Amino acid sequence: MSTPRNWHAPAEALLLPVMALAAALLLFGVFCWFGGQSPTEVWALLFRGAFGDAFSWQNTLQRAAPLMLTALAVALPAQTGLTVIGGEGALALGALGCAALPYIIPVPGGVLGSAMVLASGASLAALWVALAGVLRQWRRVNETISSLLLSYIAIALFKHCVEGPMRDTASLNKPSTRPLDEALRIGAIAPDSFLGDVHWGLVIGIVACMLFGAWLSFTAQGFSLRVVGGNARTARLVGLATNRLVVLACALGGACAGLAGAIEVAAVQTSANASVIAGMGYTGILVSFVARHNPWAIPPVAILFGGFAAAGSLLQRRLGLPDASVLVLQGFAFVCILGAEALRGRLFPLLTSRPAFIVTKAKAGDKVIA
Amino acid sequence: MSEQRWNRRELIQAAGALGLVGITGRALAQKPLTTGFIYVGARDDYGYNQSHADAVALVRKTSGLKVVEEENVPETNAVQKTMQGMISQDGATLLFPTSYGYFDPHILALAPRNPDVRFAHCGGLWMAGKHPTNVGSFFGYIDEAQYLNGVVAAFSTKSRKLGFVAAKPIPQVLRNINAFALGARSVHPDITVTVIFTGDWSMPVKEAEATNSLADQGVDVFTMHVDGPKVIVETAARRGKFVCGYHASQARLAPQAYLTGAEWNWIVPYKIIIDAAQAGKPHPNFVRGGLKEGFVKSSAYGPAVSDAARKQAETVRAVMLADKFDIFKGELKDNTGKVVIPAGKVYKQTDVALEGMNYLVDGVIGKA
Repeated sequence: MSTPRNWHAPAEALLLPVMALAAALLLFGVFCWFGGQSPTEVWALLFRGAFGDAFSWQNTLQRAAPLMLTALAVALPAQTGLTVIGGEGALALGALGCAALPYIIPVPGGVLGSAMVLASGASLAALWVALAGVLRQWRRVNETISSLLLSYIAIALFKHCVEGPMRDTASLNKPSTRPLDEALRIGAIAPDSFLGDVHWGLVIGIVACMLFGAWLSFTAQGFSLRVVGGNARTARLVGLATNRLVVLACALGGACAGLAGAIEVAAVQTSANASVIAGMGYTGILVSFVARHNPWAIPPVAILFGGFAAAGSLLQRRLGLPDASVLVLQGFAFVCILGAEALRGRLFPLLTSRPAFIVTKAKAGDKVIA
Repeated sequence: MSEQRWNRRELIQAAGALGLVGITGRALAQKPLTTGFIYVGARDDYGYNQSHADAVALVRKTSGLKVVEEENVPETNAVQKTMQGMISQDGATLLFPTSYGYFDPHILALAPRNPDVRFAHCGGLWMAGKHPTNVGSFFGYIDEAQYLNGVVAAFSTKSRKLGFVAAKPIPQVLRNINAFALGARSVHPDITVTVIFTGDWSMPVKEAEATNSLADQGVDVFTMHVDGPKVIVETAARRGKFVCGYHASQARLAPQAYLTGAEWNWIVPYKIIIDAAQAGKPHPNFVRGGLKEGFVKSSAYGPAVSDAARKQAETVRAVMLADKFDIFKGELKDNTGKVVIPAGKVYKQTDVALEGMNYLVDGVIGKA
């Protein structure tokens, strides 16, 4: 037996997901082969659709950007041990808050105005998800259930406002709020470069993940959040304000999902309407779990999921595969990545001590037969 | 890599064209037109998306046409990427984005960047001067077929109570509800139509609840306007009630309970737009039609439809086909007693005022 070395842990952190992905792709190839498709063609199209050229990268990044923020909505509360899955509703309220601000106060144009509408959306969603934290800490309501139910209520509220009091009378068959003023909208980062029409939402998403990662790792408050998640009783024993920290984590998570919704309005839809509710909040749950709730791991995982969606688009168009085939690939990836966790801390011992391992197995087998 | 593909393809086309010119002349020597179809839901939803996908299956047989399809495309950035992907990865020059929400802002964002590509949107209201000329919209007056649904339903109801399960109180939906009610009340003026709005286009659980709740209130014939009528048709049939379909034929789901249905016949507008593109004529920007033009049709009558019902419905259909029938004419009151169309006023189907309908007519129980 070799002793674990310093480089084992980081090498594993990289190797395990890569191996899991390779396994998922292999399985998907076999799956498509059974369906009568050539696996090599499927793999080539997957790569081409997701990362093959500048357009594919734009496609992937554009789809990944909102997922980074909706994943943070799960990852941040998860630090305090909470499983909050109400991102979809928070996203809807973020969109609503963003579109509603110009109804209430005059908003100046330009960067300041954009920041104001985004902040408006983020704070509305923050308050909403904070409710799930309050219900849990003071009323002992399970936060997974309450956040999901709150999410349904949020979507109902969103629809009520968009189709009722805030409806733009000019939006006939697609009830929407009044469009956001041109001067408040968020544009592309660098329209003439290879980034094309990828908008600032991507930068906001990546920066948010980096900052929250640093906050959790390098600050006392971030550390105390993780102490609460590790053992709430210990946290209270050492004098941490557990309740406040839990509510803070929920509010920050809600703010992130709300920001995603606000960006959808300011950068893509131009007004709040039902098109915003497209399941991005739910996909964020998956992204966060695959990233093991580590904010630094969220951007690559989100890009992977964005890539799956972008590649799925090409698979449908070229091979006539149904949309569900991408869900199959996502399912394989999810199972493989979670399954690979079983190997964490055992990968290198397993590799280096393989002969001895097999011999002991064989001996044990002999005994059983004998 | 993609450039190589293109070169090879063009080479083959050129070679093929050279051969064909000698034999059949220039008409067949054109480069195939690549056309993209985009659906918001599943292609086999027994509803709106299937009505398009079924027509696309027919379009595929057109010569000189290459079809690419994509389903389950949400009305977000995803549809912009799908459209751009069809253009730059597949070489499409004609797109049919079929969901209402694709129009603004998505098609309007992409059209100016791709001036050589034609966008044919289903359902939108294209306006000259306001929208780009490489964009157009097509739609059908399916309320005519819903009126006929109403006539047939009126002969099948015993309780004189009809049910309508609808998604949202928007003009397109209200127009269908009103046409259905007017059709039914043209047979028996004491018939009522109870409406339940589910709040969104695809809400299978709420649609089932709405159907059951209406059945409990004595409703014995159903129709609907949601994206996939499957659940409503099956639930109504299970409760022993009759049903008139919508979007596509759901007869296979409930052969005994299915009376008739209002179906799209998208192949007709598709052909108009594709022919224009293949012939190099200007893009048709505003395409509309009803029963007469063949944009919509009725499902075949089910076994439960009486001879009297067939006769009455066919009489009305004949007047519609002769272009002598107007569904919306004065004096018409809404269900609060307010006159919405004054006596003597007649709206032709093509009147754009009807595309902004915001009321429910007398005899409909519900709130717009």
